[in-house]
Amino acid sequence: MLKKFWFLSIIIIIAIILPFIVQSSYYQHIFILILIWGTLGVAWNLLGGYTGQVSFGHAAFFGLGAYGAGLLAFHLHISPWWGMIVGPVAAVIISIPIGLICFRLRGPYFALAMLAVGEICRLIFTEWVPFTNGAMGILTLTTFSSKLPYYYIGLVVLLLSIYTVYRLMASRAGYYFVSIREDQDTAESLGIPTTKYKMYSLIPSAFFSGLAGAFYMNYMNYIEPSIVFSLPDVSIMIIMVVILGGVATLWGPVVGAIIYVVLSELFRSSLGSAHLLVFGVIVCLVIMYMPNGVMGEANKIKKLFRRKGTHIGSEMT
Amino acid sequence: MSYFEVKNLVKKFGGLTAVNDVSFSIEKGKIFGLIGPNGSGKTTIFNCINHYYPLSGGKIYFKEKRIDKLPTYEICKLGIGRTFQIVKPLRRMTTLENVMSGAFLKTSNITKAKDKALEVLDFCDLFRHRHFPAKGLTIANKKRLEIARALATEPELLLLDEVAAGLNPKETETAMEIIQKIRSSGITILIVEHVMKVMMGISDRIMVINFGKEIARGTPQEIVNNQEVIKAYLGESYAQGK
Repeated sequence: MLKKFWFLSIIIIIAIILPFIVQSSYYQHIFILILIWGTLGVAWNLLGGYTGQVSFGHAAFFGLGAYGAGLLAFHLHISPWWGMIVGPVAAVIISIPIGLICFRLRGPYFALAMLAVGEICRLIFTEWVPFTNGAMGILTLTTFSSKLPYYYIGLVVLLLSIYTVYRLMASRAGYYFVSIREDQDTAESLGIPTTKYKMYSLIPSAFFSGLAGAFYMNYMNYIEPSIVFSLPDVSIMIIMVVILGGVATLWGPVVGAIIYVVLSELFRSSLGSAHLLVFGVIVCLVIMYMPNGVMGEANKIKKLFRRKGTHIGSEMT
Repeated sequence: MSYFEVKNLVKKFGGLTAVNDVSFSIEKGKIFGLIGPNGSGKTTIFNCINHYYPLSGGKIYFKEKRIDKLPTYEICKLGIGRTFQIVKPLRRMTTLENVMSGAFLKTSNITKAKDKALEVLDFCDLFRHRHFPAKGLTIANKKRLEIARALATEPELLLLDEVAAGLNPKETETAMEIIQKIRSSGITILIVEHVMKVMMGISDRIMVINFGKEIARGTPQEIVNNQEVIKAYLGESYAQGK
């Protein structure tokens, strides 16, 4: 427990001083992308990883968050930072009817419904030009010239999402989420109102996806429907990131986000849009050899290194 | 009115009537056995009681409250726990976590739930397996885990669905001891079982069903001598040839 505490403290301290060590604004941009993807992964993982309700359309929540912020600036000419409140709330409001309808059913209905919702959102925001400015997107002015404020806001958002998931999973709700994932009949027979608890998992998940979206809007200052509501580049990529890092692990999505963002930046210049191929191959390898993702197999990886110089018996503990 | 009562229960799957007009009642603190050949509708009755299936007809009362319209989790909250014949462990959770998931019904406090779960695990002789993932348990232990998980919800009425099926004689013995212990703690039991040694040894009353219909009811002694029952289990010639 104490070891865990120190480990966590060191990670947070490193995260805080990192932008002072690496002052290149390009690298800081990469860090911020990692923070956004990490938040998205953590949010998806709560619902898809722990509760077992796989969503193919988290771009809907991400995009609603982003447009929540963007539309405030576009129509009301107020700071898009207000979107950090409006965006997530909009995502939650949309998530509630979807959950209430789909969670009464079992099987792939929720996944498919979310796929549809993501695409519906993309089409609405593309076609409804008077309200959303359509495919021209929304452009706002940069608030800060330095990357530093963005980095720290992103860090707070990510840590907040991780802390929320951590607290949820360390409570009764966490046990109920995993029970629902493992066997819904058993969960019901143990007195767990499964539809209700799936909602308890969906709402924070939608909230933090929306928050990541609102932050994305504020950071990038430009959004258009085909970016924020993208099926392959957002909805599916979140799932890949979480699978890579470790489904149903607290830090897995962050590890996945680091690998994804770093890889795509490394290969973007040399391979162009084919840079995703490299990521795809790595995801395949991870699924084949580390089916629980990097963090899920952390003990296996640790053991590989630890085996040298220790007695065989020491593993029995 | 009785403590627990099933009135004219009917369950149809399309054209097949799996349970046809079955009624019975259970006194508080007793063990009521339900037996019948394979496919006679025993598990279907269980699934109707805890509303895993909606009923086609009939009523179910528990402590004078009609429960056949309530969702499964509400029925558990009222105090009816069940086990599954085809074991359904929460596979990737440890044995302890499995039981804790049940214990959370009565408390939202982690420590309290854990204490309760450990107590139940000890009761069911699973204590030493508490840190193993449930998917790795032997079938005997998985059956006991089913009981432990149901007990953790602190039920007043426990539905046991073939908890001794597929166990060796030693394990069957242990299962019987656990059932006896549960009974002496004051819990009413409705049990379905094929292992006659178990049924005859512990039941206060037994009901026999075949093709979804009741064919006999009585004490274990009355049941073993009943011609209808012998016919259903062993065939016409045995019933007459004695």
